[in-house]
Amino acid sequence: MQLPDAEQLIANLAAAMRPHVTANTALVGIHTGGVWLADRLHALLGLSLPLGSIDVSFYRDDYAAKGLHQQPRGSKIPFDVEGAHIVIVDDVLYTGRTTRAALNELFDYGRPAQVDLAVLIDRGGRELPISARFCALTLPEPMPAGQNLQLERDDSGALTMRLIHA
Amino acid sequence: MRNPQLNKNGELQHLLTLDGLPRSIITQILDTAAPFTEMAEREVKKLPLLRGKSVFNLFFENSTRTRTTFEIAAKRLSADVINLNVSTSSTKKGETLLDTVDNLCAMQADMFVVRHESSGAPHLIAQHLQNTGRDHIHVVNAGDGRHAHPTQGLLDMYTIRHYKKEFHNLTVAIVGDVLHSRVARSQIAALTTLGVPEVRVIGPRTLMPTEVEKMGVRYCATMEEGLKDVDVVMMLRLQNERMNGALLPSPQEFFKVWGLTAEKLALAKPDAIVMHPGPMNRGVEIDSAVADGNQAVILPQVTFGIAVRMAVMSMLGSH
Repeated sequence: MQLPDAEQLIANLAAAMRPHVTANTALVGIHTGGVWLADRLHALLGLSLPLGSIDVSFYRDDYAAKGLHQQPRGSKIPFDVEGAHIVIVDDVLYTGRTTRAALNELFDYGRPAQVDLAVLIDRGGRELPISARFCALTLPEPMPAGQNLQLERDDSGALTMRLIHA
Repeated sequence: MRNPQLNKNGELQHLLTLDGLPRSIITQILDTAAPFTEMAEREVKKLPLLRGKSVFNLFFENSTRTRTTFEIAAKRLSADVINLNVSTSSTKKGETLLDTVDNLCAMQADMFVVRHESSGAPHLIAQHLQNTGRDHIHVVNAGDGRHAHPTQGLLDMYTIRHYKKEFHNLTVAIVGDVLHSRVARSQIAALTTLGVPEVRVIGPRTLMPTEVEKMGVRYCATMEEGLKDVDVVMMLRLQNERMNGALLPSPQEFFKVWGLTAEKLALAKPDAIVMHPGPMNRGVEIDSAVADGNQAVILPQVTFGIAVRMAVMSMLGSH
């Protein structure tokens, strides 16, 4: 499979979001790829509310089975969630379980006025009724379950897509 | 033989003592605790990690702070917490420890937090659970006799790391009644495991275990020698209720020689921190001016204690 150019997708995603952001819009990236992406979008869109980040480790529905397999990095929501327009940002949308966990966590901080989801790639394979309002690329066919698509960042800060075969 | 605290995958199964606990596990607990400390700023101070689990606080010995912080930690992880005040219950009617445990297991317990006046009681419970194939039930030692108080040792390490960042360049002094102190044993085990190059113990010889040096510490007979240039001063409580026989002339006499005053603290490095596990005996082991002074981190210790206990319970509850 030919991997898409991440930098081009980011530019397209920012363009799609631009007409819909206001002074009340805040981005919340999901660790780790989503935080890198949200950081870029935050700069491209010139948002004034500070960037938030969410680590969904503590809210995952497979916690009982898998445990805390990764080092949790914690969540930082440096703005008032109450009444805000929040866009949750993630690199790849797959089953929807990560988004569900992020939504649950977000609501423990307060009641946002509106929550949207922005992703670079929708790879299909949803297991929950979740869709992204902003999506730079929807794959025509769902990716096989054994494969994993994720954002990578090199030392210079450049972002690329990477395909991992489990 | 396998470490009784770890399961076959090398994960934490019970927390009984810091003695022999691998450095990687101690570090993992401290790292896991960090995000929990940020929860206090949130509207809803609850995480769903232990939802539907029952945590039994089994306290055979009185303790307010430890029991309360375990209770808060479990509740912030969404567990159901049942506090058993054992001194007023069936033990008084003659039930054995393991019969009590079996009865609570029949009530679908998932975790026991045990405080007992006898050293080894939590270990006995853990062994009993293993022998009867109940690997899904976990035990946390909340202090047993003179043996260990691992969560106190861990929260102390968290506090030190918070203020000093690293362990490998520190000199730490533990002051007071080491002989009767399970806290001191857990502190020494953790400090040496984490690579603190110099751990000193200071106090009268009558309140030191025999051959205390074999625990990897340096004994100092005076405060002047022991506090010189230390980074961390860890005070111990004078264990009045554990004292039998004439180990000490009087609390006043103890304060005069071993009590931490501003003058004695001046021997330590200027940025040294002062810790105390509580409850404090003001005017016995520590002067009020020091306890309330700007080098004291005694109240942050309490707050960090909640996060560290959340870390331990979430790691245990994850498998």
